[in-house]
Amino acid sequence: MNEMTREVDLANANKVKLVDCDIHPAMKSRDEMTKFMPLRWREHVRDFGIRTASPLYGAMPYPRITPGNGMRRDAWPPAGGPPASDVAFLQEQLLDGLGIDYGILQALGPGGATFNQGLGAAISSAMNDWQVEKWLEADKRLRGSICVSQEDPDAAVAEIEARAQDKRFVQIAITPRMLEPAGRKRYWPIYEVAEHYNLPISMHSAAYGTRANTGTGWTSFYLEEHFAFSNASQTAITSMVFEGVFERFRNLKLVVVEGGFAWLPPLGWRMDREWERMREEVPHVVRAPSEQIRDHVWLTTQPMEEPEVNRDLYDILNWMGDDKLMFATDYPHWDFDHPEYAFKVPLDPALKHAILAGNACKLYGLE
Amino acid sequence: MDAETKARRYVVCRADEIQPGASKRVEVAGRDIAIFNVNGEYSAIGDRCPHEGASLCRGAIVGLAEADEPGEARMTRHGEFVRCPWHGWEFDLKTGKSYCDPRRTRVKKFELSVEDGAKIVEGPYKIDVFDVRQEGSYLVIEI
Amino acid sequence: MTSAVASASRPRAGTLPIAGLGAIDCDVHPRSPRRQDLAPYVTDYWREIFTTREIDHLEMSGYPETLRPNRPAPEAGNADAASLAKGLLDPLKLDAAILNVASGVHAIFDPYLAQVICQATNRWLAAEWLDRDPRLRASLVVPFQHPEAAVAEIEAYAKDHRFVQIMAIVMSDNPLGQRRFWPIYEAAAKHGFALNIHAGNTYRHAPTQSGFNSYLVEDFVHQTQGFANQVGSLVAEGVLGKFPEMKVVLSESGVTWMPSLMWRMSKDWRGVRIEVPWVKEMPSLLMRQQVRMTLQPFDGPADPAQAARAIAHLGGDEMLLFSSDYPHDHRIDVAYWPANLPEELAAKAARENALATYPRLEV
Repeated sequence: MNEMTREVDLANANKVKLVDCDIHPAMKSRDEMTKFMPLRWREHVRDFGIRTASPLYGAMPYPRITPGNGMRRDAWPPAGGPPASDVAFLQEQLLDGLGIDYGILQALGPGGATFNQGLGAAISSAMNDWQVEKWLEADKRLRGSICVSQEDPDAAVAEIEARAQDKRFVQIAITPRMLEPAGRKRYWPIYEVAEHYNLPISMHSAAYGTRANTGTGWTSFYLEEHFAFSNASQTAITSMVFEGVFERFRNLKLVVVEGGFAWLPPLGWRMDREWERMREEVPHVVRAPSEQIRDHVWLTTQPMEEPEVNRDLYDILNWMGDDKLMFATDYPHWDFDHPEYAFKVPLDPALKHAILAGNACKLYGLE
Repeated sequence: MDAETKARRYVVCRADEIQPGASKRVEVAGRDIAIFNVNGEYSAIGDRCPHEGASLCRGAIVGLAEADEPGEARMTRHGEFVRCPWHGWEFDLKTGKSYCDPRRTRVKKFELSVEDGAKIVEGPYKIDVFDVRQEGSYLVIEI
Repeated sequence: MTSAVASASRPRAGTLPIAGLGAIDCDVHPRSPRRQDLAPYVTDYWREIFTTREIDHLEMSGYPETLRPNRPAPEAGNADAASLAKGLLDPLKLDAAILNVASGVHAIFDPYLAQVICQATNRWLAAEWLDRDPRLRASLVVPFQHPEAAVAEIEAYAKDHRFVQIMAIVMSDNPLGQRRFWPIYEAAAKHGFALNIHAGNTYRHAPTQSGFNSYLVEDFVHQTQGFANQVGSLVAEGVLGKFPEMKVVLSESGVTWMPSLMWRMSKDWRGVRIEVPWVKEMPSLLMRQQVRMTLQPFDGPADPAQAARAIAHLGGDEMLLFSSDYPHDHRIDVAYWPANLPEELAAKAARENALATYPRLEV
């Protein structure tokens, strides 16, 4: 090894190599979160619960395939508690174990889905306090997503304002299963403040919502429900494009988490085609939809797409461009992706680095 | 394996280290091997799931869920499969074969359309099976 | 990202004429019947109901025929069999064309009203269209709102092979794989009818998990979600497995989204199989074997080489069925193979695949 190589190696040694854009931290008990709430809401939760549109209180309407509501079987902390509820074990198994430089938390707070809006706002705030105290304080590699109750835009804006100065929060977290499609005007105050603080809006797949999980009714099985997550992802993108959100908020960024991604190029082609046929219906849409997607939308890689012919993945990556995908493990869920083995085809090193770290560093300002 | 290479026997652990229903990963000659005790019988397979590298010794030992008709499911072949702790792939402990391997599925169809005796094509999703024996208080693997 | 749009407002014209391919057009729209068309085929009671209750023009809000993009260009002709021949079958030298009535009949709540309009529509199709042009074929309109009546209608037309498939609308009350619909598939499969799932929305549910979208353009984008969910249902509920000879035709579904469904469902099935152990084969295999898609309007990139890649992801070319979607206005000349579809597909998609899909289709 010569002098030049050693220098390059030193430079690379300081470079961020792996960013995990979807980690689900958990609680040993709900008290971990409710302790941050005023007494009035703690008592409310005790007596009237946290009720959402899930038909089963406290259980998954589509039961998962592994215990813990769909967790990796080997992610249960030896010291007790559900997967991802033990900081030390998460550090050991995930952050240290995989060599993760930065991990983005998706706490999946129920505030945005809670029927009682006052409670929802209190939950979102408590979830953010919880992220700070239990996780962001504990490990410098972790970054948070600001939980907000999107159906109450005033409360959501207030929560964002309250957290924006804490740079460990790198984005806002909203459920994509909303009362109205994501582009509708009632959510614009949230987008306005997000753009103002340069905080991306992340939308992580949701397990329940007020509407059927398909446009043709409720599916019977989890096998159907699981890929139906992408319905919400596609709807959010479609709505934000055709309502003109990205025309109004030219710096707004959307991150679609855990929706898959192979559907994105076909969606872009279809949106372009429909826009061509019907653009007079939406005169406020000035840029082609696929162009808006390129400029405003990022996606996480999990669950990794597995074409029957492995090499077909190259086409998807080619169509998406090098800078849109960000790696995620989805730890500790059963469909977890391992950064070394998730890709079934060799990738150009520059592209691989972009997906594993570079794109996220750029989007979230991590380096 | 080279026919000339002599198979070696390795003592990997005490038999009572793996109680019925439990499993253990051992390293033998550079390989990670998962050993399962299913109702007193030991099986040993390669530990790494070919999908994304999960440790199969952390997986559940299960039977085979089957159904001829929608809604008429039954569980048979209890204890004959391990389900990967991550994505749930099912591996036959005796043969190492992935139950859902697409090659295997295509082979099944192939067998229906040609004469008996068609050669089974080994699919890519197969793990190694190792011969594990209890000798006294110890488990011995031959590689 | 590769854009579908090559130019400002009009896709490039194709250069391969359809005439000469012996093509079978798998998605053509007669005008939807009005009260006076159906009146001869119903009883006095229903004639009174139609009149007094003003049941006449039936059109889905979720798939409007008088609005863009479906609204026919002024020069198009689908008023009757003769104008359809002049506007489509003769210039394209079609060997056959399959008629799809995508009217509001599919959205009716009253199961008996739905039943009678389906019955009358089928009789009107036979008398005014199929009887007048030997090249015409049709989807049998059946009331999914009333499965027993749907079965009866299938049995009534079992011998009329000009009806090659039964028709459902992609977004309606329930996922089509559910057990309540199985008697319909049993009857269809018994008599060799394919199952046609056609674009549209009866608005029993909002098109999205987040409610109703503001714009009609979004409705048309969201159709692919519906098609994916329906195929997923037919796989997961075991319908494809139970009726392996029955083909499922997706009309106006687009094509390029299908591989992502194949891959995703197959990936999940490996681990989720215990939930649905009657699904014994890889979902992508089941889809390739039994699901078909009409070609237009095509949802691929503008560059035919990239479109070829997207189609190659299907893992086989037997899934594609030529269609014009005439006279819905796509601003391209339907007399030519679409410019962004690889011409190598034309021979098989124009004819061979349809013959393999429809056991009842005789040309």
